[in-house]
Amino acid sequence: MKFLREALEKQKPLFEKGGKFEKFYYLFEANETFLFSPASTAGSKGVQVRDAVDLKRLMMTVVIALLPCLVFGIWNSGHQYFVATGEASTLLDEFILGSKLVLPIVIVAYAAGGLVEVVFAIIRKHPINEGFLVTGMLIPLTLPSTIPLWQVALATIFAVIIAKEAFGGTGMNILNVALTARAFLYFAYPQQISGDKVWTYLGDSATIDGYTGATPLGIAAGATDLKTWGGGTVLNAFADKTDSWAEGLYSSWNLIFGAYPGSIGSTSVLMVGLGALILILTGVGSWKTIVSCFAGGYFMGLLLNTFGSNEFAQIPPYYHLIMGGFAFGAVFMATDPVSSAQTELGKWIYGFLIGVITVIIRVLNPGYPEGIMLAILFMNVFAPLIDFYVIGANKKRRLRRATV
Amino acid sequence: MDLINIGLKGIFIDNMIFAYFLGMCSFLAVSKKVSTAIGLGAAVVFVLTITVPVNWLLQNYVLQEGALSWIGEEFATVDLTFLQFIMFIAVIASMVQLVEMIIEKVSPALYGSLGIFLPLIAVNCAILGSALFMVQRDFTIIQATAYGFGSGVGWLMAIVALAAIREKLKYSNVPDGLKGLGLTMIITGLMGLAFKSFIGIAL
Repeated sequence: MKFLREALEKQKPLFEKGGKFEKFYYLFEANETFLFSPASTAGSKGVQVRDAVDLKRLMMTVVIALLPCLVFGIWNSGHQYFVATGEASTLLDEFILGSKLVLPIVIVAYAAGGLVEVVFAIIRKHPINEGFLVTGMLIPLTLPSTIPLWQVALATIFAVIIAKEAFGGTGMNILNVALTARAFLYFAYPQQISGDKVWTYLGDSATIDGYTGATPLGIAAGATDLKTWGGGTVLNAFADKTDSWAEGLYSSWNLIFGAYPGSIGSTSVLMVGLGALILILTGVGSWKTIVSCFAGGYFMGLLLNTFGSNEFAQIPPYYHLIMGGFAFGAVFMATDPVSSAQTELGKWIYGFLIGVITVIIRVLNPGYPEGIMLAILFMNVFAPLIDFYVIGANKKRRLRRATV
Repeated sequence: MDLINIGLKGIFIDNMIFAYFLGMCSFLAVSKKVSTAIGLGAAVVFVLTITVPVNWLLQNYVLQEGALSWIGEEFATVDLTFLQFIMFIAVIASMVQLVEMIIEKVSPALYGSLGIFLPLIAVNCAILGSALFMVQRDFTIIQATAYGFGSGVGWLMAIVALAAIREKLKYSNVPDGLKGLGLTMIITGLMGLAFKSFIGIAL
């Protein structure tokens, strides 16, 4: 450690004011504070927040909370290949193949986003923030493992510039940056990110007979179209898939475990739960948002059970919470401290509506099988308004108390 | 139920701003403060709820081919549809005058902050737009009222959300070239992305 410190100290004058590389000061500063806690601390007099946790450590906590999802996603991406082709495999094979698929996506997202971040930091003279380490990790986890790398790069650059840097950088954005990247891809290149074919990497291998690669949401969304739906409940449709490849694939236990086709990191409720535990215990993510989000999804599922018109509406409500990206979105996207509601009461309203809208989009909108992405973006737009009214009501209440 | 559906459709699915890009000018210009935005939004809701049914009467009893048959048999073949735009605009303009007078009397503060944009409601495309959509979709007069109200509320919701965002952005370090209208346009685009969530739902 000491030699690192010394090496940094030696280079420091070069980057400070008047130094040769003055322009690149923030690049240097980013590396320095990444390795060591900043040397300048606030004095002990007066009122200050005295905590070792700053923005960088906060963001690293999220990255750590995402690791279980990443590791599981790597395994699952490999695993789905062997399920689809019917080849025999060991755990190691699955991890190796998964790494080959997933790691390039992560690297490209980090490289593209990092490049934009550095360029903006130099031009606009603001420090580089680890916020982007979270974004760069979230983007790959929400994409299918077969996504072309250039699209990953394009979406990352688009999202970092339009959704974040245009607003003034970290902490100022309105929409969740990672979801903006995904929404951009979803509307610009729908062929590579929707349908049944994109979720499983096949390479040149042939699939075994009858393999469809359908996601549970894809099957369930079929029920929203009464013309093509054969009848019967969605759960029966899950249970009917009895080919050798699909045995138990859509059982509720497997939906929780997560070994089914879907976005890289968002299939496993188990791993998301692990991440949620880290976020809640460290106080980084708001448990209020997470809980109210699940409550909203469950409530709307229940409501649709009573007067829903199609078979998807009749599905037991807890299926909505374990299928697809609901848990992942609720835990990692909705709790984004920047784009979510900031007030405590606002967080309850915000999360609840995300859950409600997600289920509405899934069940009632035939255009999109998955709703969590657009639901969160939609509520991101309304979060400032929720805050505005919560704060307004608070002011009114306090004024009344003061005048009595 | 049918009326509620038409109203909800106007608010979320056929949102004037994000589905048709109508009424953009005042949407961008009067969205700096939430209170002003609510005032203008409420005025738009009011004007829409009145003008759409009035225009419906005009369309069905004056303008349409055969609409004049209530005067006498000889008018049954008269088709005044070519006057549609002018007549609709005239109705809207006079309604806006009415609203302006009411607001000036009831709330001078709001009147002051809305300023030039109040008379501009007359040329707010969202208002003429919904009158024309109403004709296109063959509504009855009750449905037309529900539709006018719904699309007004959709517009109100959009402008209030934008105003809240812009109030929050006051503290942001926005790049120089983007300050003000530039960033507002980007926000509008991003909001449009979010509003896509409802487009496509069949009610």
